[in-house]
Amino acid sequence: MLSFTLRRTASAVLVLFSISVLVFLIFFATPGVDPAARIAGRNADQATLRAVQHEFGLDQPLPVRYALMMKHLFVDRDLTSFVNRGVRVIPQITQAVPTTLSLVIGAAVIWMVVGIAMGTGAAAWRGRAADPVIVVLGVLGVSIPVYWLGEVVNLLTQSRLHDGVFSWVPPLGYVGITTDPLQWALHLLFPWLTLAALYAGIYARVLRSEMLGALEEDYVRTARAKGVSERRILLKHALRCSLIPVVSLFGLDFGALVGGSALLTEVVFGLPGVGRLTYTALQNLDLPVILGTVLYAAFFVVLANAVVDLGYAALDPRVRRA
Amino acid sequence: MSTSPADVAALAPRGQTRSRPSARGTRTAAQGPWRRAAVQLVRNRGALASAVVLLVVLVACLLAPVYARSVAHTDPFTSNVSGTTVVDGRTVPVLAPSTTGLGLGVTPIGPTGDPAHYFLGADNQGRDVMARLLYGGRNSLLIGAGAALTTCLLAGLVGVLAGYFGGVVDGVLARVLDVLWAFPVYLLAISLSVVLLTSGLDVGPVHIGAGSRWLPVLIIGLVYVPYVARPLRGQVLALREKEFVAAAIGVGCSDWRIMRRDVLPNVVPTLVVFLPLMVALAMLTESALSFLSVGVQAPQASWGTIINDGLGLLYTRPAVTLAAGVAVAVTAAALNLLGDGVREALDPRARLRGAA
Repeated sequence: MLSFTLRRTASAVLVLFSISVLVFLIFFATPGVDPAARIAGRNADQATLRAVQHEFGLDQPLPVRYALMMKHLFVDRDLTSFVNRGVRVIPQITQAVPTTLSLVIGAAVIWMVVGIAMGTGAAAWRGRAADPVIVVLGVLGVSIPVYWLGEVVNLLTQSRLHDGVFSWVPPLGYVGITTDPLQWALHLLFPWLTLAALYAGIYARVLRSEMLGALEEDYVRTARAKGVSERRILLKHALRCSLIPVVSLFGLDFGALVGGSALLTEVVFGLPGVGRLTYTALQNLDLPVILGTVLYAAFFVVLANAVVDLGYAALDPRVRRA
Repeated sequence: MSTSPADVAALAPRGQTRSRPSARGTRTAAQGPWRRAAVQLVRNRGALASAVVLLVVLVACLLAPVYARSVAHTDPFTSNVSGTTVVDGRTVPVLAPSTTGLGLGVTPIGPTGDPAHYFLGADNQGRDVMARLLYGGRNSLLIGAGAALTTCLLAGLVGVLAGYFGGVVDGVLARVLDVLWAFPVYLLAISLSVVLLTSGLDVGPVHIGAGSRWLPVLIIGLVYVPYVARPLRGQVLALREKEFVAAAIGVGCSDWRIMRRDVLPNVVPTLVVFLPLMVALAMLTESALSFLSVGVQAPQASWGTIINDGLGLLYTRPAVTLAAGVAVAVTAAALNLLGDGVREALDPRARLRGAA
């Protein structure tokens, strides 16, 4: 296990380094793009351009520039926005992280519980009415844009039905969990449900097909021959093995969510997380902020994946030998 | 939600090791694998219905100029702030002063149900939403299909080269794929878009303009390459060990010939299975990027930009957002169902497992 941990950590560090180089190259070495003009924002004056050129060492060779950028981002942590003069990027990001994590973790809990329940149900009652419902939900889950579903939810809860059934729904926004846990949950309820609704269908569908495969395995036949109850076979034997691919899918999705879909959900529900920070930065091309959020989010994703892999190896000894 | 590529990867065949008789051997047989798959696909009612839906959407979008010119009589790309239109025989302004909230701003005309006079209403610049929806669909479909083709071509190239040659080639390509795989697609796409959308791309003699639709095609096509190339590489690695490849090497065939005649025909079904799923994924990514204002650029429209336009009008004129969102969801669902049908028809292993 120790050697696997070391190898996995080393590979994560290598990937982190490669990603930082990749981001650096995209922003600073794309052919035909003047990085100073991009960083300084739209319609920047000459003085700003010169300041940018000096700060990022744009007259120096690429490796030096890379080192300078990493220094600004992680050592001095003094990268500043040129659009909102003098606003530091890193504190903005660290302030926004709790919101994003609240959103993603809450949604993940809901979709895992609902998805596993639905997938197991569909496998247990295969061929009955519940089965096609799961299939349809799975297809909808990969077809409906999350931000659009969020807008429809807003339309119903904030406007059309706000005077009736949804009068208890607070206005869009975010309340910290330390300020008021109840309001925190109320504000996040519909964002959670929106995200979870789409993922639950996908997970139910993946789990269903895994379980149907598992139910045909020899060990299930052996268990049946021993007289184990169907319920026990389903929950103890089939579900347990079928969860392995679901868990690894979860690792990938959780990471992708922090960087991608959560961004869209935050924008729609007005949650001041990392995603919304990225969105506002995109609106006025605030490059240092985009650079910061992209790198921080990417790093978080790589770390999340490494943690999932380690947990996986702890559960399944075969993985350690791979 | 919808757009996590991991889901597609999870639902798609992974590391298949089946071998298929080479194309030449089956050409004389009564039913080749392709024909067998086609017959099965046609029997699949869900897939057939999806294909019909896709055809309808495609034809409607292709007829966008006809609709704008001959039915709606508007130009959906120029704003019409002070224009008027006719509803129930009365002449009304397209943009009326707002009556809700503080009374600031304007409220565009809502859906009239009359194709000649703002069938789905107008957006906040007084442009016909229905006409924009059709034009936007062209961009969404074009970018979705273009990006998916780019992904499959590049992934095919990378997967076959890496899997076949192994060694240093594989080492380098596999590392690059790993890094791209670990990079969240949206962030990668956003980074590329932000940099390229303001200045275009210059690669040697090729120049792609900043507002060009080829930029989203390239960007989205590129970010999804690992999701197809990784399983493909695994498949080629397994094929490399097959007897027929050993035989081909034994009779002195060139690498190029082995890749073309022995390896490629065996991985093409996988690429075909991926294609509709990737079109759906690319289309959803395009709509998300356009929604974030780094996809299709104004005055061009796509379903994503229309959803974004509708964001400010959500509570007064929800039809703008709803129509575009339904268009995206229906098209993506049809593509996904079609993709499932194609997978069932082409991948016996998925059928054996009883996959959904």
